[in-house]
Amino acid sequence: MTLSLFGTAALCRGLEEQTRSVVRLKTVDTEVSNAEADFTIVRTSDDLKRAIQNDHKSIFAIDDGTGRFLSLEDLQRRTIAVPAQFSYLDAGDVIGIHTQSGKFRTLYRHNSRHNSFLVTERCNNYCLMCSQPPKDIDDRWILNEIRQSLPLLDKHTRTLTFTGGEPLSDWADFISILADCRDQLPKTAVQVLTNGRAFAKSEIVDAWRKVNHPSVIAAIPVYAAVDYVHDYVVQAKGAFDETILGILKLKDRGQRVEVRVVLHAQTARIISDTCRWLARNLPFVDHVALMGLENTGFAIANDAQLWIDPIDYQTDLAEAVDLLVAANVNVSVYNLQRCVLAPSVWPHAVQSISDWKNAFVAECEPCTEKTRCAGFFSSGRPRRSKAISPIL
Amino acid sequence: MARFLAAEAFSSSNDELALLPFHFERTGTEQFLVSNMVGDFIRLTENEINRLIDLKLKPGDGLYEKAYAAHLITGSLQKGQRQLLALRLRSRMSFLREVTPLHMFVVTLRCEHSCPYCQVSRQSTDRSRFDMSEATAQRALDIAFESKSSRIKIEFQGGEPLLNFSLIKTIVSAAHSRSGTLGKKVDFVIATNLALLDDAVLEFCKANDILLSTSLDGPADLHNKNRPRPGGNSYELAVAGIRRAQEALGPDRVGALMTTTEASLGRVDEIIEEYLKLGLDGIFLRPLSPFGFAIKTKQYQRYDAKSWLEFYKRGLRHILDINHHGTPFREFYSALILTRMLTDKPIGYVDLRSPAGIGIGALVYNYDGSVFASDEGRMLAETGDNSFRLGHVDQDDYRSLVLSDRLVDAISASLTQCAPECSTCVFESHCGANPVHHHATQGEALGIKPLSDFCARQKGIMHHLLQLLDESPRDAAILRRWAGA
Repeated sequence: MTLSLFGTAALCRGLEEQTRSVVRLKTVDTEVSNAEADFTIVRTSDDLKRAIQNDHKSIFAIDDGTGRFLSLEDLQRRTIAVPAQFSYLDAGDVIGIHTQSGKFRTLYRHNSRHNSFLVTERCNNYCLMCSQPPKDIDDRWILNEIRQSLPLLDKHTRTLTFTGGEPLSDWADFISILADCRDQLPKTAVQVLTNGRAFAKSEIVDAWRKVNHPSVIAAIPVYAAVDYVHDYVVQAKGAFDETILGILKLKDRGQRVEVRVVLHAQTARIISDTCRWLARNLPFVDHVALMGLENTGFAIANDAQLWIDPIDYQTDLAEAVDLLVAANVNVSVYNLQRCVLAPSVWPHAVQSISDWKNAFVAECEPCTEKTRCAGFFSSGRPRRSKAISPIL
Repeated sequence: MARFLAAEAFSSSNDELALLPFHFERTGTEQFLVSNMVGDFIRLTENEINRLIDLKLKPGDGLYEKAYAAHLITGSLQKGQRQLLALRLRSRMSFLREVTPLHMFVVTLRCEHSCPYCQVSRQSTDRSRFDMSEATAQRALDIAFESKSSRIKIEFQGGEPLLNFSLIKTIVSAAHSRSGTLGKKVDFVIATNLALLDDAVLEFCKANDILLSTSLDGPADLHNKNRPRPGGNSYELAVAGIRRAQEALGPDRVGALMTTTEASLGRVDEIIEEYLKLGLDGIFLRPLSPFGFAIKTKQYQRYDAKSWLEFYKRGLRHILDINHHGTPFREFYSALILTRMLTDKPIGYVDLRSPAGIGIGALVYNYDGSVFASDEGRMLAETGDNSFRLGHVDQDDYRSLVLSDRLVDAISASLTQCAPECSTCVFESHCGANPVHHHATQGEALGIKPLSDFCARQKGIMHHLLQLLDESPRDAAILRRWAGA
């Protein structure tokens, strides 16, 4: 099922001093916290009673479905109340809320392996299949929200992703956030989804290197071995040249780089050419991810240019993986179901779809590979291969 | 809603296109083999290569895509491809960073074998005349440790070096102590016919992590004919020695080399089977070198490059079939060339590099203290030609040897990057200068390449490997693995 990651609070009181607040959730059973950001979750009237008895200062009420289990209006406390579809929220989770409108977003889920921060909606690419269509707006407040969130995250968080838009749109601010990650979450591996063009400027790549983050990787798309094909996919002339230059400058400075190829009709038919080129020219990248398309955002609008049944590029993809393996390049295949992949590709197929938007279909029930399969996106307007069938 | 542009909106106009350097060779009436600056190959038709040169190509016509991906064209304002080529070239040439990693010590010229193709050895019992002295060895070590490499390899050569085993022990021990003081790592190899292998030698090799390299020319009759010794049992001693060394030192601590004589030509399958039988993981199909007794005894003239190539191709076919039947086994020279063709790893192998490996790749300290730019160079000296004698351990140091006019002249005269025929050759990126060979066969370091048997063999091997890569997917899968890409 798909989790709702943003919504509007029915009530947001006691936070009026600030336009936006970042809030961390804790259970009523834990000690009273004096931290400004900590809110105690109450799901029932019992919880509420205990929270009041124990003098919890800040209440985060989640509707139990009836919509009226609590009489929060009279509480002389900081209070946020959210609808029932947010009952998945739990201790350690972090949300960001606009105090006046009550609009909030789930920023971090303690139980998830797939935590990502949207850094900005601005981007200098305009990809045909963008799942997060860029907007030219001033959203620099997001960087502050991230800066406030980082100290609230569990220090044992395994991985964190920064995405956009183009995270390096305000590169100096973003790189300072990377430094915050290094200081506050030294054990957390950080992945930055960037189009890599900014790294064509030595000033930016030097600043990135100077952070000396223990485990950051820049995940950068390369859609073809030929300039105009890549530029067409990202709808920006000159992007290929800047992206390749950026990758070279990162590797020249010993930084980790992942190359990503989203597979759709413009890229999948030439995927073996692209991977032959990657194997020969960029065998020193740390990882290559070949990724099934998430049919959402612009991908829906450009369906006619983009849709290709994964079964129709099965052989090309197998050859592409083989070429990378032969060159000792670390390769993974994301977002594609095992029944549409050649068995030779299975060892590289990863369960990559974020838990909050991952699903299976009825045909999958008897499949012996289901527990190892990536499954489907439940987001957007899912399209299925004609070859979906259980492996028995 | 979004305004998306069609693919044509992103293509460069023709005046924004520029050619990048490339080499080509006609391979058929309509066919060309083309290689870019770093030796990636593609095949083009005559029509395509003409359109490429005139820049009459545009996105969507198929040729643009091929030429762009192969770095034959670029956008005149683009930087990415040029930087990529620079980086790859830098990686390929970075063998130059390790200056003179190999030092060969001819600890004696004496040998109990009397092989007609041998370049140098003497059958003599006169130790004082043909053995290296300890003083000479210590001076040679001084020079070896002056070279700038972080890791050096000391190879004991002969004659049969085990005839002067006591000096080997002295050198190894002295090298170890210098290695400790100077922080330079040292590896050791003994090139031996194994006839004199005994427990003392094996124990010493094990204790000092010394690699053994030997000769095995094929089945008993062929090997013993090529490599006569009193008793006529060279083969038996070599095979027993290999087995013993494998057991005592480990299967990867002993290697064998074969030399192709006229008698070998029809017997490549049997030769390979000998190597397989001994559990060796590959074979180096090696032509005769035009030096020393090989010239004098007219061995060298007995077969030409064409018959050697037939021998090589038949052997490679047999080796690939062995792999198809499930036994991993390599032809090492092909593996070297494939590594150059399919990867950008730096390969400093002496015959496959330019600048040549003489002196800056290896130095040879002869038994009498004279220093040569290569093993072949000292063999030439044995027939009276001192062209590659750089000096003497008593008068010279590393600097004076490597900066000697004689060496600098030979290296600069033979650079494939600017030599006639080589500089435009489609295989230039993967080949080497080989000045000693051309000096020996043609009297000058550069050589006239259309007359060079080295050139003929190199081109023949590379054409053949490319053909297998292009036309035989099953073989290509094996060959790619050899490249260790």
